[in-house]
Amino acid sequence: MDKVLFGDNQFFAVNHLSDEKSRAQAIRFKTDEAIISVLDSAIDLGINTFMCTTHDRIANICDHMRNNPERYKGFKIYPCMPYAHKYVNAVTELGIIGTLKEYLPGNIFSTFAKGGLAFAKKDVIKMMELLIDAEMKMFKGIDTPVIFIQNVLTDMILGMGMKDIFVEYHNYIIKKYNAEPGYITMNLPLLLDVLEESGIKNPIICSSINKIGFRMSGGMDIYEKTLAEREFRPIAMQVLAAGAIRPNEAIEYLGKFPRIESVLFGASSQGHIRETKELIENHLT
Amino acid sequence: MFKSCVIGLGKMGISHCAIVNTHPLLDLVTVCDTSSFVLDVFKRYSAVRCYTDYKEMFQNEELDCVFVATPTKFHFDIVKSALDKGLHVFCEKPFSLHVDEGKELVDLSLKRGVVNQVGYHNRFIGTFNYFKKLIEAGILGNVYHFVGEAYGPVVTRKKGGTWRSKGSEGGGCLFDYASHVINLIEFILGDIKSVDGTQLKKIYSSGVEDAVYSALILENGVSGNLSVNWSDETYRKMSTQITAIGTEGKIISDAQEIRIYSKKGNEKFGLEKGWTIKYITDLTDNVDFYLRGEEYSAQVDNFAKSMESEASHNKSSFESALNTDRVIEKLNNYQTQ
Repeated sequence: MDKVLFGDNQFFAVNHLSDEKSRAQAIRFKTDEAIISVLDSAIDLGINTFMCTTHDRIANICDHMRNNPERYKGFKIYPCMPYAHKYVNAVTELGIIGTLKEYLPGNIFSTFAKGGLAFAKKDVIKMMELLIDAEMKMFKGIDTPVIFIQNVLTDMILGMGMKDIFVEYHNYIIKKYNAEPGYITMNLPLLLDVLEESGIKNPIICSSINKIGFRMSGGMDIYEKTLAEREFRPIAMQVLAAGAIRPNEAIEYLGKFPRIESVLFGASSQGHIRETKELIENHLT
Repeated sequence: MFKSCVIGLGKMGISHCAIVNTHPLLDLVTVCDTSSFVLDVFKRYSAVRCYTDYKEMFQNEELDCVFVATPTKFHFDIVKSALDKGLHVFCEKPFSLHVDEGKELVDLSLKRGVVNQVGYHNRFIGTFNYFKKLIEAGILGNVYHFVGEAYGPVVTRKKGGTWRSKGSEGGGCLFDYASHVINLIEFILGDIKSVDGTQLKKIYSSGVEDAVYSALILENGVSGNLSVNWSDETYRKMSTQITAIGTEGKIISDAQEIRIYSKKGNEKFGLEKGWTIKYITDLTDNVDFYLRGEEYSAQVDNFAKSMESEASHNKSSFESALNTDRVIEKLNNYQTQ
C-alpha cells in the first residue's frame, strides 16, 4: 500500500465538526468536474491511491477514468462499501426487507423468500455476494487492489459477534476480485481480536488514530499498545481529529508507530494536499 | 451481568444488539422478531437464542432487562408484559401512541421500581448537554425565544407502504423526526405547555405528514418555533439543531458543534465576549464500543449503570418521554381541530 491514501469525505459533504462546512463542501463539489479537478491535483502531487465510498457519484468518476486511461495509468482505487447513509435512510423508510428488495438485483429476494421457507446459510452468503457485486459494478476495469467494508457495517457485525460473516467476506473478496480485504472500524482492538480468532491473519485495518484519542473506542492506551505489539497492517484515519489537531503535530504523533503503513486523509486545496502529503512522507518510516 | 434481550430487529434493534453484546455489564441472551429473515441470520451466525413470540420468550427465559425496538404500536403490550415480569425496560422512541397508555406504563414502572428508559439519544450528546448546563447557569440571561429544527432525506419521492407510512401505527415525520426535537427542547429549555399555528404537511407521502411546523410555548412562558422536515434532500442524514436567544446572548447547537454568543463573556465556562465555538471533540467522552455515534453507546451504558446502582441518574425516563408524547398529541389534535 502507498503511504498516502487520498480520501473522499470532502467531496460528499462529510464533516465531523460542522454542518455548515458540510454544506459549503456540497456546494463546492456540486459538479463531477470539481471532484476530478481536485483528484487531478492530488495525482500531480504524486498521490496514486484514492480510497472512496461506493457513493453513486463515484460511478461518474470511474467513467471519467476509463475514458482517459493514459491520464490515470497506475492509479488505484480502494473501494469502501457500502455507502452507509443510502441504506440507513432506506431502512428508516422501507424496513430491512424493503431495503434488500430495493437494492438486490431483479427478483432475487422474492426467489429466496418463496414459500416462506427459512433462509439457509448459503442464501445469506449469496445475498451478501450479490450486494458486494452490485456495489463493485462501478469499478469494472479499474485497479482495486484493496476492498474495504465501511465501519458501520464492520462494527455492527463485530458487535453482534457474527464473525463467520467476516470470513465469508474475506474469502469472497480474494476469490472473486483477486483483491485484499480491508476493514474500517471505530473499534480497532476488539476487531483485531475477533479477526485473529477467525483465522484472518495480518489483516488490513483502517481506524481512527490521533493524538487526542478521538473515536479511539476503549481509550488511547489500548490503541497504542495494539499498534506497538500486534501483527496487522494499520491505516490511520481521522488523524487530524476532524480538525482539532494541527497537521504537523498530528502526523508527528503517527511517527511513533512504525507499523502504520498508510495514512488516509482528504483535502480540497492543492496547498493542503501538498502539506499533508509531505508531512506523512517525512514522519512515517 | 444483566441478562438482556432485544425485541424487534430493525435498524435500532440491530444497533442495540451490537452495543448490548459488547457491554461489560450486559449479556445478550435472546432476541425476538417476527421476521424470519433477520431471525435466520441470527440463528446462523450468532449464539443468542431466537424467538418469534415475546410472550413465549418471557415465559421460557430468565431475564433481567429488555430492549424494545418494535414499531411503536406494539410498545404498550410488550412493555406492559415486561413490567409485569419485573424486568428493567429500555424502550425505543417514540414511547407510546396514546398518552393514557403511556401514563399507565409510567405508573406501572414506578410501582415495580424498575429502571425505565426511552431511546432519546440526543440527551447523550456532548454539545446538547453543554447547552443545558449553560442555560441552567443563566448564561443567556432571560431566554425569550428558541428554534428547534431537524431535517433529513428520508422520504424524497412518492412511494411507501410500511408502518412508517401509517400515522395510526406511529409512522410519519411527527413521530419519527419531530419527537427527537420536542424531547430535546424539553431536555434543554423546559417542558412545553401549548402549541399553536401547527402545520402538518404532506409532501410526498399520502398517509402521513413529511413536515411539521408549529409555534410552541413552554411552561416558563418562553416562545419558540418547531421546524422539522424529513423530505429535505439537501441534508445527507438527519441533522438536528437548537437555537436559543436571551437578553445576554445566543446559543446555536447541533450534534457536532455549539456556537455561543455571550454579551459579557463568562470565565467559569471559558466563554469569551462575543463568539465562542466548541466542538464534539472537546465535549464528548470516548465509549468502549462505538457504533454510529457515541450517544448510542452512552445511552445503553446509562441504562446498565442505572440497573447496577440506584445512585445512577437516568437521563431519559419513561416520564420525560411521556411529556414528549403529550406534545405530539397536541400537535396532532391541533391539526384535526
